[in-house]
Amino acid sequence: MSVITIILVLLIAFLAGMEGVLDQWQFHQPIVACTLVGIATGNIAAGVALGGSLQLITLGWMNVGAAIAPDAALASVVSAWLVCGPSHLSVHDGIAIAIPLAVAGQLLTILVRTIVVGLVHTADGAAAEGNIGKMERIHLTALSLQGLRIALPTGLFMLASATTVQAAMNSIPKVITNGLNIGGGMIVAVGYAMVINMMATNELWPWFFIGFALAAVSELNLIAMGIIGVCFALIYMQLTPKYNSNAAVEGGSGSGDSLEDELDRELEDL
Amino acid sequence: MADNATASNADNQKLKLTHGDLVSTFWRAGFEQASWNYERMQNLGFEYIMAPAIKRLYPEKDDRIAAMKRHMEFFNTHPYMQPAITGVVLAMEEQRANGADIDDAAITSVKVGMMGPLAGVGDPIWWGTARPVLGSFAASLALSGSGLLGPIIFFVVWNALRLGFQWGTQQMGYRSGTDITSSIGGNLLQKLTEGASILGMFIMGVLVPRWTNMNFPMVISKIKTDGKVKITTLQDIFNQLLPGLMPLLLTFICIWLLRRKVNAIWIILGLFVVGILGYWSGILGL
Repeated sequence: MSVITIILVLLIAFLAGMEGVLDQWQFHQPIVACTLVGIATGNIAAGVALGGSLQLITLGWMNVGAAIAPDAALASVVSAWLVCGPSHLSVHDGIAIAIPLAVAGQLLTILVRTIVVGLVHTADGAAAEGNIGKMERIHLTALSLQGLRIALPTGLFMLASATTVQAAMNSIPKVITNGLNIGGGMIVAVGYAMVINMMATNELWPWFFIGFALAAVSELNLIAMGIIGVCFALIYMQLTPKYNSNAAVEGGSGSGDSLEDELDRELEDL
Repeated sequence: MADNATASNADNQKLKLTHGDLVSTFWRAGFEQASWNYERMQNLGFEYIMAPAIKRLYPEKDDRIAAMKRHMEFFNTHPYMQPAITGVVLAMEEQRANGADIDDAAITSVKVGMMGPLAGVGDPIWWGTARPVLGSFAASLALSGSGLLGPIIFFVVWNALRLGFQWGTQQMGYRSGTDITSSIGGNLLQKLTEGASILGMFIMGVLVPRWTNMNFPMVISKIKTDGKVKITTLQDIFNQLLPGLMPLLLTFICIWLLRRKVNAIWIILGLFVVGILGYWSGILGL
């Protein structure tokens, strides 16, 4: 591996670490992070394949309120390095390794988020002095800690030689590796369950079963399914008495109309 | 519309946020969670976002210190819903700097009053629906061998939606000032949430049978007819009932466990154990 590759992967790791807390550009999402590592190592196909598989597993991993989800950033970057880098692990092995890495990353971000409490108290001091520049530097220091949270462990994995990693993987018996692969195929269900638990109400369950039945017995692809889903949502809005009783009132205000158009556009974008 | 509103206000206001301040604030919104901490969560992040406005509106040192202290209080919301709150707070701070009677408590209570409901809307729409739907769509492209198309679509569509939404809601919040809670809390938001939830639940239903890999190769019966051996596996029996039945059952087990407050990581580790035992016993296969 060239020096440029190593620097690029460490940069991606740093970016993913920052995004793991910022949650804006999504550099920590597997489909982005694994693809970038694949590009940096010149092994794009493996990176994209791993990213797509891990993305399905991490669908429901979200930081809500004060709850911290398993960490997609460390899982994506390190397992992508092991799959696309000199170790050349299979995508299946990469997925199996990603899970313990996600737990480790989760613990690391909890640690950093605790350390930042101390930094914020220093920022209280900056506020008492009216020192905006100092306050900003403290804020960005916290951000770089989150970047290092992923970059440092990634660096450690890069130091381990390819043969060591491969030998370690080969020493695992077949029943374990195949069993982990089977488990890897099933754990997307946990992600689905997390998303469903967040949204489900009694009125929404029929939509879930319509989707399930259509997908189980028909050959429609996801784009077609998306179109059907958007149409269901729009038709429901038009028919449900809950909104129709308010329609006359809403139509009266100009801003309501333009916002309603925005709603339609938003739904189409999805 | 923004230009009209600002022009009419400009006459009786000395201190005015410039367009550059608003753009700078918007850019900083992307760094809100950098110093997320267990004590006051996004407090320093909110202060960081407000810094351009504080610089512009409070040239006097005492006022500046008071403003900085006021925004160091506890704050936490969905990072994409925060620009709407920022917009309102910008409008309030601007009026206050020009002598309006708005005290610390009013500003804090607007922040606190908006952060909860908006987080309640943002989490299911952005994390619960938009990202799983877009992510699974992009992943399906990635897994079907269309190269970089999937990742690029995910990155571009997500960030276009997010940036457009963040800028739009910040401007909306700034324009409508303190009235925003009533305008955004109305019927429309409820409609948007419900429409997104219908789509989300529908897509989840689609994904369960499509992308959960469960295979039961265990042979149930071997029947010899005309010299050919017909093998029936457990999977064939399940498929005759309904394809995707076992993934559906698995999903409901996970839902039930999560509702019993079982940590997701334990369920995932448990599924690995099930995978190993299943392969060892021959019930489950690749």
